[in-house]
Amino acid sequence: MTVKAIHGEYPVVMMDSVDRFHGNQLVYIGWDYHTSISTANAYPLPPDMPFAALTGAVLPSVLGPHPEFPLIEWDKVEWMLDGKLFHPNMGLSLKDNGIGHKSLIRFRTPGLKGYNNTGN
Amino acid sequence: MAKKLNMRKRYELLTRGLGWEPTYQSKEKVFSNESYEGIKITDWSKWEDPFRLTIDAYWKYQAEKDKKLYAVMDSFAQNNAHLNLADATYVNALKLFIQGVTPLEYQAHRGFARLARQFSGEGAQIACQMQSLDELRHTQTQIHTISHYNKHFNGMHDPFHMHDRVWYLSVPKSYFDDAKSAGPFEFITSVSFAFEYLLTNLLFVPFMSGAAFNGDMATVTFGFSAQSDESRHMTLGLELIKFLLEQHEDNIPIVQGWIDKHFWRAYRVLALVSAMQDYMLPESPMSWKEAWEIYFVENAGALFNDLARYGLRMPKYHEQATAEAEHLSHQVWGTLYNYAHAASMHFWLPDEKKMDWLSEKYPNTFDKYYRPRYEMWAQMAKEGKRFQNGGLPQLCQVCQVPMLFTEVSKDDPMQISYRSSEFNGEKFHTCSDGCKDIFDHEPEKYVHAWLPVHQIFQGNCGGAAIPDILNWYHFKPEDGGDYAGSADETRWKAMHGETTGAASSDTESAEEKAAA
Ligand SMILES: [Fe+2]
Ligand SMILES: [Fe+2]
Ligand SMILES: [Zn+2]
Repeated sequence: MTVKAIHGEYPVVMMDSVDRFHGNQLVYIGWDYHTSISTANAYPLPPDMPFAALTGAVLPSVLGPHPEFPLIEWDKVEWMLDGKLFHPNMGLSLKDNGIGHKSLIRFRTPGLKGYNNTGN
Repeated sequence: MAKKLNMRKRYELLTRGLGWEPTYQSKEKVFSNESYEGIKITDWSKWEDPFRLTIDAYWKYQAEKDKKLYAVMDSFAQNNAHLNLADATYVNALKLFIQGVTPLEYQAHRGFARLARQFSGEGAQIACQMQSLDELRHTQTQIHTISHYNKHFNGMHDPFHMHDRVWYLSVPKSYFDDAKSAGPFEFITSVSFAFEYLLTNLLFVPFMSGAAFNGDMATVTFGFSAQSDESRHMTLGLELIKFLLEQHEDNIPIVQGWIDKHFWRAYRVLALVSAMQDYMLPESPMSWKEAWEIYFVENAGALFNDLARYGLRMPKYHEQATAEAEHLSHQVWGTLYNYAHAASMHFWLPDEKKMDWLSEKYPNTFDKYYRPRYEMWAQMAKEGKRFQNGGLPQLCQVCQVPMLFTEVSKDDPMQISYRSSEFNGEKFHTCSDGCKDIFDHEPEKYVHAWLPVHQIFQGNCGGAAIPDILNWYHFKPEDGGDYAGSADETRWKAMHGETTGAASSDTESAEEKAAA
């Protein structure tokens, strides 16, 4: 269905197209079963950034305060990219890992199911 | 002597016949908004106006109500009646109201003014004109009522500016922007039926009985003054739906689609109200879940039984909304707590008494999921590590609420619910099946969403650092954060002669604020 308009065709302006983010792309990252963090977070990141920088710098800066964060064993983490299981190559860039503008990355941490196993 | 006419006859004589057949321009051009949505009106004279008020009677009633209301407000101010509040934390509910709801009243005023111009039926024009005036009056009386609190507490100084910019206020704003940028029939179905008829009690009851329970007589009086208007607005919503369905059977699927959409959108706006109701009110009249069961499950169930003969069914995904009632307020409050540093009101952890009340009201969920969360946060705060989210949240493309909702209907309530769509080669994320359906139906519309988080990253919101953004919102540093230790708390204590760490200067600042 297209939007009905009084005159002519309804215009389309892509408000969040990648060219508006000053060389970055948006990436959303959520930690499953840790809802005390409330939501996945949005990050503007350079597409050439190595994936390892996510786990080494980006995520600690935001998720670090969660009591289970220091306990994460990164080699055991299960990743999902845009709804599909995913095995990132830590040395490759976001782009070369297939992570696009506005991709959603989710991760699960076996053995860590939130504060006292409550999903928090 | 002329026979005295009854109200109805008099109304008909005074309103009908106001229209005429235009000759300089075609009727389609004069009422250019009336047909493009596909709604078919065969006979406007069948419109039964629910207001049946002539403008002279309208002025008289409203003037009387205003007189009473302003008298109460004056005496409230003269007696410094804010001192009788149950607690100053209550004032945060008023902050949410003035920032989130009052600007919607103004949006409603504008929307109905447009309808008064665009509908070609005279009865409908008059009804919309009066509702437009009502909504403007609501805007003004709310500003006047709350302006007294603005003298003594923070965060209420620039609500209209905030409404256009702030991340959590984009939720109510975008709902109304959506309705206002649609055609006139969709707007009135959205606002008069989905919002005012179906859901208004869920907005007004918590605020107004919350005010009554917590000693805020000024807001209670405003509520009474608006109530008679609201009942007219609700009647308009229902009459309108019946009128559209009786006019042409082709209208049924269009109207059903709008009800589905605007029910879901309005419900998502109410997520903020649920958190206010369960957490901000020191004395709580009823829980969100109780209110949902009475005002939606029971009332709407009966209503849609009646409407079934017109071919309408309950709004899509209403079962999900009902299932979410066990979780909604806790999830939203938790998110607000995460971002208290970026708000123009205060948040806090519920105390033991409140948590016990929540356990009682939410026996299936509170102790299992949400009490542990608050215990974790209380422990962290005690260790000097008050939890806050240092990033920015992913937002739903449609409702613009941070994507905090979970898979409650799939029996997986601690898993965030993620939905996505593709349009024009780009990914779009939504919080629920309800929001995804709305996106997929009109993706061209929702790609235009002004999402506060994305706008910040694009550099359109005053800067990259949080203080720059808050400044652009017109927030002052003392407006947000935890209630404990806030300027509001200090002032409240000083008003009651309690001393805090910096008592002498606190008294001073209270006076300064009052003088400002
Ligand atoms: Fe109103
Ligand atoms: Fe209204
Ligand atoms: Zn949504």
